[in-house]
Amino acid sequence: MRHAMAPVFAIVLFLAFWELTVWVNDWPNYKMASPSDLWPAFWRFKWLFLTYGWETLWRTVIGLIIAVMVGLVFGVLMGFSRVLRQGLYPLLVGFNAIPKATVVPIVALMFVGQHDLNTVLIAFMISFFPIAVSVSVGLSTLEPEYRDILRALGASRFTIFWKIALPKTLPEFFGALKVAVTLAFIGTNLMEIVSPHGRGLGALFDSGKTNSDYPLMFAVLIALAILGIALYYVIVVLEGIFAGWADRQGE
Amino acid sequence: MASERNTNFIKIDGVSHTFQTATGNLPVLDDLSLSVPKNGFTAIVGPSGCGKSTVTRLIAGLLRPNIGGVWLKGEPVNSPRDIVGMAFQNPVLLEWRSILKNVMLPLEIVPNSLSSVAREQRALDLLKLVGLSGFEDKKPSELSGGMRQRASLCRALVHKPEILILDEPFGALDAFTREDLWQTMHQLREKEPFTGVLITHDLREAIFLADEVVVLSGRPATTQFKQEMMERGPRSIDQLYTPRAMETLNILREQIKIARQNEGTVS
Ligand SMILES: Nc1ncnc2c1ncn2[C@@H]1O[C@H](COP(=O)(O)OP(=O)(O)OP(=O)(O)O)[C@@H](O)[C@H]1O
Ligand SMILES: [Mg+2]
Repeated sequence: MRHAMAPVFAIVLFLAFWELTVWVNDWPNYKMASPSDLWPAFWRFKWLFLTYGWETLWRTVIGLIIAVMVGLVFGVLMGFSRVLRQGLYPLLVGFNAIPKATVVPIVALMFVGQHDLNTVLIAFMISFFPIAVSVSVGLSTLEPEYRDILRALGASRFTIFWKIALPKTLPEFFGALKVAVTLAFIGTNLMEIVSPHGRGLGALFDSGKTNSDYPLMFAVLIALAILGIALYYVIVVLEGIFAGWADRQGE
Repeated sequence: MASERNTNFIKIDGVSHTFQTATGNLPVLDDLSLSVPKNGFTAIVGPSGCGKSTVTRLIAGLLRPNIGGVWLKGEPVNSPRDIVGMAFQNPVLLEWRSILKNVMLPLEIVPNSLSSVAREQRALDLLKLVGLSGFEDKKPSELSGGMRQRASLCRALVHKPEILILDEPFGALDAFTREDLWQTMHQLREKEPFTGVLITHDLREAIFLADEVVVLSGRPATTQFKQEMMERGPRSIDQLYTPRAMETLNILREQIKIARQNEGTVS
């Protein structure tokens, strides 16, 4: 119980500190909104928060799902074939090294007006790299003995992949997925902020900016934080279900 | 013909093998021949890195030799066959499966007509035989090294293989656990006879478990020396300390010395 209360306590303390700092310094709203200003901002735009929040959520999730699928394909190819690994790896590293902030305006122009496509595309592009790398490393570092115990019985490559390689790679995969979900979320918001006349929490943030509505901007930040935390913990729960065996803390 | 199949249940004939490595060719086996009769148990000893594990991979069909051939039950080995069970120095248990599910793994691969209840019973019987009753539902990480090795043995035997290949399975264990497992090996063999090949670097282990001990020369390995054991079947640890056992031990030790000396001369 004490464990469950700790984060709540930390949040309350943080909000109190924030409110106090603004109050003591007597900052006006346009400099720094205080927590007590946020609730009215939420309330005024509650439908926009809900619908745009949903918008941001599904775009992130779809982008992440595509990233998982493409990342798995690349990871499996690179994990099993040394030639493909040597060929594809520099390509992926180079692709990943390009700061996505520079890609965002390009994609926004390329598919101008197609907000859903743009956003999902960026969320995918920014998040598939860690998945591909973790899966390929997990598969290529599989000890030969693990493969041999099944191969010696005449098991097919697919059986070996399904029964040994894949489950053994799951902890690395989920580690990467936790990084990827955060990245996908950042990607979604980057695009939503940049796209003119877009939707999503990023667009709401942008409209707060154009209207100098600072409490709204801060309220969006808080909403994003909550959504980000929720997404992250969904992955943590999935990890516990599918790769919980790798967690040795209890021993 | 049938008797030929029984005396040469495992037959390695004139096998040479060279690995292609980044730094060039590495000849590992050179005209090696070896045979194990049905239900026999042969221990293979030899200098470190001489090619012992390579021999087990050849028998298991995981590797095909450049020259020469391997036959099991009179049939040439071209690919892995499910009449073989294997256990290694590293127990390689799957961490996400319970001990019981680990032991049952081969039954998911090897075609068999057992019901799921019968499969489970088979695994439980073996676990009981090696003294792991009550640990069926534990995860491998919850077991000691010796217990994991016992589970690994059960997994190697669960599909009733006719041939059991052991590659230093007791190498990482302490002396007492190892002696325990030696006894277990004899019990298993008595209960369900199999034809065994054991790789080991422990000469006492070889003498205690095997019907015949083969000494391989240094790399590239060939059969340097063979010694039949007097005993067959279960024996007590005390027999390791009889004058005759001591004598055998000395002969083998001498052979290993020769194998190691020759190692540098052939390259
Ligand atoms: N797949 C492979 N590719 C290249 N070289 C290999 C391969 N497998 C084994 N070797 C080399 O062949 C030699 C013999 O290996 P092997 O594992 O059979 O020796 P070993 O007698 O089992 O050694 P140890 O006593 O240390 O277990 C070693 O020098 C090893 O580096
Ligand atoms: Mg070896």
